Amino acid sequence: MNSKYLPLAATIAVFLALFLIGGSLYRNFLSTLVLGNILADNSFIIIAAIGATFVILSGGIDLSIGSMIGFVGVCMAVLDSLGWHPMATAALMIVFGILFGALQGLIIDFCEIQPFIVTLAGLFLLRGACFMVTLDSVPIHHEFVDVYNSMKIHLPGRGWLRSSAIVMLISLFLGIIIAHFTRFGTNVYAIGGDKESARLMGVNIRKTTVMIYALGGFYSALAGVVYALYTSSGYPLAGSTLELSAIAAVVLGGTLLTGGVGMVAGTLFGGMILGLISTLIIFNGSLNSAWIMISSGILLFAFIVLHRFLVSSFNVKGT
Amino acid sequence: MNMNASTPRVEMRGICKAFPGVLALDNVNLTLMPGEVHALLGENGAGKSTLIKILTGASTKDSGEILLEGKPLSFQTTGEAQALGISTVYQEVNLIPAMSVTKNLTLEKTVGRFGMISWRKAREMAREKLRRLKLDIDIEQAVGSYSVAVQQLVAIARALDDDTRVLVLDEPTASLDAQETAALFDIIRDLKSRGIAVVFITHFLDQVYEISDRISVLRNGNLVGTGLAKDITRNELISMMIGRELGEVEATFAAKSNATKGEPVLVAEGLGRKRTLKPFNLTLRAGEAVGLSGLLGSGRTELTKILFGAIRHDSGTLSVGGKSVGRSSPRYSINSGIAFCPEDRKAEGLVGELSIRENIVMSMQAKRGWLSRVPRRDQERLAEEMIKALAIATPNADKPVGQLSGGNQQKVVLARALASQPSILLLDEPTRGIDVGAHAEIITLIRELCQKGLALLVASSELDEIIASSDRVAVLRDREKIGEIEGADINREKIIQMIAGDDGH
Repeated sequence: MNSKYLPLAATIAVFLALFLIGGSLYRNFLSTLVLGNILADNSFIIIAAIGATFVILSGGIDLSIGSMIGFVGVCMAVLDSLGWHPMATAALMIVFGILFGALQGLIIDFCEIQPFIVTLAGLFLLRGACFMVTLDSVPIHHEFVDVYNSMKIHLPGRGWLRSSAIVMLISLFLGIIIAHFTRFGTNVYAIGGDKESARLMGVNIRKTTVMIYALGGFYSALAGVVYALYTSSGYPLAGSTLELSAIAAVVLGGTLLTGGVGMVAGTLFGGMILGLISTLIIFNGSLNSAWIMISSGILLFAFIVLHRFLVSSFNVKGT
Repeated sequence: MNMNASTPRVEMRGICKAFPGVLALDNVNLTLMPGEVHALLGENGAGKSTLIKILTGASTKDSGEILLEGKPLSFQTTGEAQALGISTVYQEVNLIPAMSVTKNLTLEKTVGRFGMISWRKAREMAREKLRRLKLDIDIEQAVGSYSVAVQQLVAIARALDDDTRVLVLDEPTASLDAQETAALFDIIRDLKSRGIAVVFITHFLDQVYEISDRISVLRNGNLVGTGLAKDITRNELISMMIGRELGEVEATFAAKSNATKGEPVLVAEGLGRKRTLKPFNLTLRAGEAVGLSGLLGSGRTELTKILFGAIRHDSGTLSVGGKSVGRSSPRYSINSGIAFCPEDRKAEGLVGELSIRENIVMSMQAKRGWLSRVPRRDQERLAEEMIKALAIATPNADKPVGQLSGGNQQKVVLARALASQPSILLLDEPTRGIDVGAHAEIITLIRELCQKGLALLVASSELDEIIASSDRVAVLRDREKIGEIEGADINREKIIQMIAGDDGH
């Protein structure tokens, strides 16, 4: 097997192991019902994480994801109360997300500022904007929300594939195509692998950087739309620290934080692992929810160490 | 490719390029014929890379013109140059290690429908490119999993297209062993027979004579000479590379007295490091200047760094001031009175944004530890003294070093080394990239320092600088110290002969 699939294989193995552990501990755990719920409950995190995968593959970071989700949510809710159709608002917010991301990318490349700082500014800016729009939790009443939430596909067994999960799987498919079958995708890997070499090999760094963050903005805005429809409301604090969960999903999915190595498909399993952990602890019932974060933290740490060894086995020979 | 053989493939005429404070290229001409291997030689900073960057679109020229098969060219990017058939393989292999061979070979070159990459076509393209070099490797593996030699070939494969007309190889053999080099040369000969003009940059003279048809030598931004490889002898070539004629001021210092030879202050016995420098003996005495001569890559810089502890030795013994040094380190060296002025003053020596005063005080501060600050008044006094003593041209001590000229920057490096009142001073290329006037002043300073009882080691690529400033000269060749000469023996012919290896060494 090609060594580049090793991290992905490790991620899938961990996911299956956790799922089987759940199945051995609790009756009814090993079912499409649980799987379908995990997919639907974590769909917005995974959607945002797909965008973050591109950013991290290029060696960057996007901290504005959580605030973007919150901002999109409150805009959806407030515009709903003004009579907008949710789909129209969604389209508007996605265009906003793309432009906001593109602007972040442009600033990062043009001013040569670290992505950390630029997107941290984006985080504060968008969170502040949430509070400018509304200070309260605003429900979305439009009938489309009920239609959206009742749409589902039967899975074998008792499970459902809810609409959020469907949107997530379509975004994942789109992400895989972009990452592995377009010039842009290859350029993302090249920039993350070695920016200077990529420049000398003829990659247009600025254009690619702008597109990477625009794509990140697209995915976080889409995640915001899915979250707002799923919860049928907008709340100015929604999505706080969600960017960190998204980054965790990306890293658990086998993508290196230093860029250049990783796969979009891994992010799905990374996000699912996070979801599985919280489901397991909720199933247990007697454990404090603090254990969700503690075990996620331990797993994340173990994974980074594992990748360190996997990657060093094929990355250092040349230098 | 049915061009008349007498039409030059590329003609670069009167190329000039200036960087702040330095004239990197001064009216340089270079002609490349189809189907020739043209060796481009010169020491560090001679202008080789700048010339190549201009030829390949990575940098722009200030003036001059470039003709490709008789037609004037102007391009701004490497992409445009590549489209015209001018390709480069840079010194550090420029590939993405974590990406597969296929992806590296086809990055930004892939074709497919609707903006989608057809990996089947990409793999075909990659195999085709490797076939040109008769290279048979698994194209799905990450490039980083192959040896440097294979990576080098992949980089060449990437650079070659059907319509490649000029191929520039910048130090392609630097990290290859003899067998790999031979394989590379076979490929170069093959490219040559296909009418490609190959520019070959190296500092291995044997390889120059083995593969090249013509040689051009650059020194300090000037073209010193160009000619057929078979017409230029080894001695002539070395002389062209390092044998600058000095002005009168500098020459007078060649008449020196070494009557006051003091005690040995630094003794190296069998000191060396595997793959870096073969074991050598060297003694530095108070009041004596020892020159270190040799071509680029002969181990000059490595020797000074080993003495300073910046490169740790793995054999032999080193004693400083009579005390033997166990594990050498820059910190230990500074504390025992050794000061080091590195070759690359921008990267290793000076902090351009800080003022002259701050740069000078830095080494003293390091020696005192960070708790006991040097009082501001002392700092100012010291800076003023140094500016006066070394005649640094500046309105005041608070000017950022980055705004000074090259010569004055070098003086600040010296001032900083001297501020810690060392007993041993190691200078690597003290006159790199500075103009002739400042050059003479620095050499004068070196002589004066010596008379004050300092033990000096001067590594330099300028032969006459070595002759003018040293009482004793150690000669290096191929990472080995091959001999020492003293007094009246120190002259151009003798040193060139030793470097060329014609005297039985």
